[in-house]
Amino acid sequence: MSTLQRDPDKRVQVLDEEGRVRDGATVPELEEDELIEMYREMKIGRHFDQRAVSLQRQGRMGTFPPMSGQEGAQVGSVHALAEDDWLIPSYREHAGVYSSGVELSETLRYWMGDERGNQMDGQPVFPSTVPIATQIPHATGMAWASKLKGEDRVFMCYFGDGATSEGDFHEGLNFAGVFDTPSVFFCNNNQWAISVPRERQTAAQTIAQKATAYGFEGVQVDGMDPLAVYQVTEAAVEKAREPTGEDRRPTLIEAVQYRFGAHTTADDPSVYRDDDEVEQWKRRDPIPRFEAYLRSEGLLDAERIDAITAEIESEVDDAITAAESTDRPDPSEMFEHVHSETPDRVADQREAFERLRDRHGDEELLE
Amino acid sequence: MSTQNQQSATEDLTLVQAVRDGLYGEMERSEDVIVMGEDVGKNGGVFRATEGLYEEFGGDRVIDTPLAESGIVGTAIGMAAYGLRPVPEIQFMGFIYPAFDQIVSHAARLRTRSRGRFSCPMVVRAPYGGGIRAPEHHSESKEAFFVHEPGLKVVVPSTPTDAKGLLASAIRDPDPVVFLEPKLIYRAFREEVADDTYTTPLGEAAVRREGSDVSVFTWGAMAYRTLEAAEELAGEIDVEVVDLRTLSPLDTDTIVESFKKTGRGAVVHEAPKTGGLAGEITATIQEEALLYQEAPIKRITGFDTPFPLYALEDYYLPEATRIADGIRDVVNY
Repeated sequence: MSTLQRDPDKRVQVLDEEGRVRDGATVPELEEDELIEMYREMKIGRHFDQRAVSLQRQGRMGTFPPMSGQEGAQVGSVHALAEDDWLIPSYREHAGVYSSGVELSETLRYWMGDERGNQMDGQPVFPSTVPIATQIPHATGMAWASKLKGEDRVFMCYFGDGATSEGDFHEGLNFAGVFDTPSVFFCNNNQWAISVPRERQTAAQTIAQKATAYGFEGVQVDGMDPLAVYQVTEAAVEKAREPTGEDRRPTLIEAVQYRFGAHTTADDPSVYRDDDEVEQWKRRDPIPRFEAYLRSEGLLDAERIDAITAEIESEVDDAITAAESTDRPDPSEMFEHVHSETPDRVADQREAFERLRDRHGDEELLE
Repeated sequence: MSTQNQQSATEDLTLVQAVRDGLYGEMERSEDVIVMGEDVGKNGGVFRATEGLYEEFGGDRVIDTPLAESGIVGTAIGMAAYGLRPVPEIQFMGFIYPAFDQIVSHAARLRTRSRGRFSCPMVVRAPYGGGIRAPEHHSESKEAFFVHEPGLKVVVPSTPTDAKGLLASAIRDPDPVVFLEPKLIYRAFREEVADDTYTTPLGEAAVRREGSDVSVFTWGAMAYRTLEAAEELAGEIDVEVVDLRTLSPLDTDTIVESFKKTGRGAVVHEAPKTGGLAGEITATIQEEALLYQEAPIKRITGFDTPFPLYALEDYYLPEATRIADGIRDVVNY
């Protein structure tokens, strides 16, 4: 039985909570360098997250959605993609987007209110999407277009457990099934949609089982185990690219995980969930688990961990410096890129706006 | 070109046939153009707007989709971002709302939010408007929702010639276009339409009838009715009829130029009055040509009521008599 062809209620796991390989589990074949890189990316994701929250607290950044606890799902899944495969994220996948090649400074710029940070230029990453689940049909459409063009790329779409209640989840997955698109639908089920628990999103036993209704496979995986996530995503990517037999190309992956922090920096999770619950999930923290595994395999030691820690701290420092030292966008930038050619009315408004700035100066204008 | 079209340089077409002809020409011109929606394939569209396209271009380019407006437009956005030129059809404008989020939150914003990296060259076609004895929710005229959204273009043809040319421009445009087809006049009259593909520029109004006493601004099915009213008034009042054709971006120059000539104006649309485009056009004239104004600008529109079932729709929609009365009010002020 392949990784995908199993009861969606039976979660795929490789490592236990202590980072030991579970009995009977198959460890995916990954080169040492790639394993260390995955570890480094997860570590930098965590450190970045903590620094970003701190920047918000210091008034150096606006509202920010933290993702601590979810690094294993993001990094593990992106590593299963080929270089040309696309990632269509929502808005909490800072580690996944980084794994795909987007600089941390770009992510910071976006959350610092500068739209240029959402361009993801040069990387096969679609701009992050805030309205819940609305990116799912886009991901299906991109995969569909690619298939019509005769390419062999795969399109992985991220969304959360809350998104599975939206109509666009249904429509996006339904189209993918009907038109057999090369899609991987990756649900980061972190248990909470702001304050509403997973149980309130659906009476279905698992999210993965919803795939059955769309005519393709669904699989539940321990989303805090990067090796299990890699294994499942790799199988889904392979099937999307080269389906065999009667299999439909798309797969729905439900990566079961937990959001250690708040929904965003504007949220106080103590209002709706117990600390005990958080502590329980923290025992499955993907980073120490993966670190323990790599140590046991002889791939990491204290010295190397220190070196990686120093390296990522410096990289995040540099990203913050880069983001904060970038000039703010020119105010007239907001009139650009509305259409390919600026309509007369928009041009008139830009001119009037510039005259206003000239007359008063920005200081007086924004007083 | 189809064999049918090769026989002559023009063909006598209704508006809906011209839409079909325009789709055919653009699909033949570029393989990136695909048509998708409910019943657009084998059935040829509930109004026959895609008739024969499936047979000609096949199921990969003329795609019968599941019944899901947000899914149709949402996947079309992904296709457009990935280099295709999808032309999704929404079967009736009254059913466009499930796709509203995708149109305004994504199609309209994609260029801006990616700072020009991605564009969304997609044309959402939808028949709009009343007067065809249709059931509830089949007669809406809600162009103002889309005109209000920066990043979208909104186009409404009122003749077969324009339907083909404007549709070609919309499909070739690098940005998303909401293309609203006046189904009341889908088959009201025929025109000689060139067989070859051609474009009619977006953003340019057309003066359908020159006049010196009053300027009436309108579009779609109401352009046809306004011309009827103008003929009724001929000899009494010399009416200029300006068919806006593109509602976003508005052709302010033509509006203002016409108004400066006549000093009096009216706007005719079938959408409800409050928040309708007549207000925008009136305000534009106030901003640009106040000193030319000799009378209040009259808004001859649908009422601020839900669109009634068809037993009463003839009372709801402006028709030639009501339009003529409104024009007289402006001239006799």
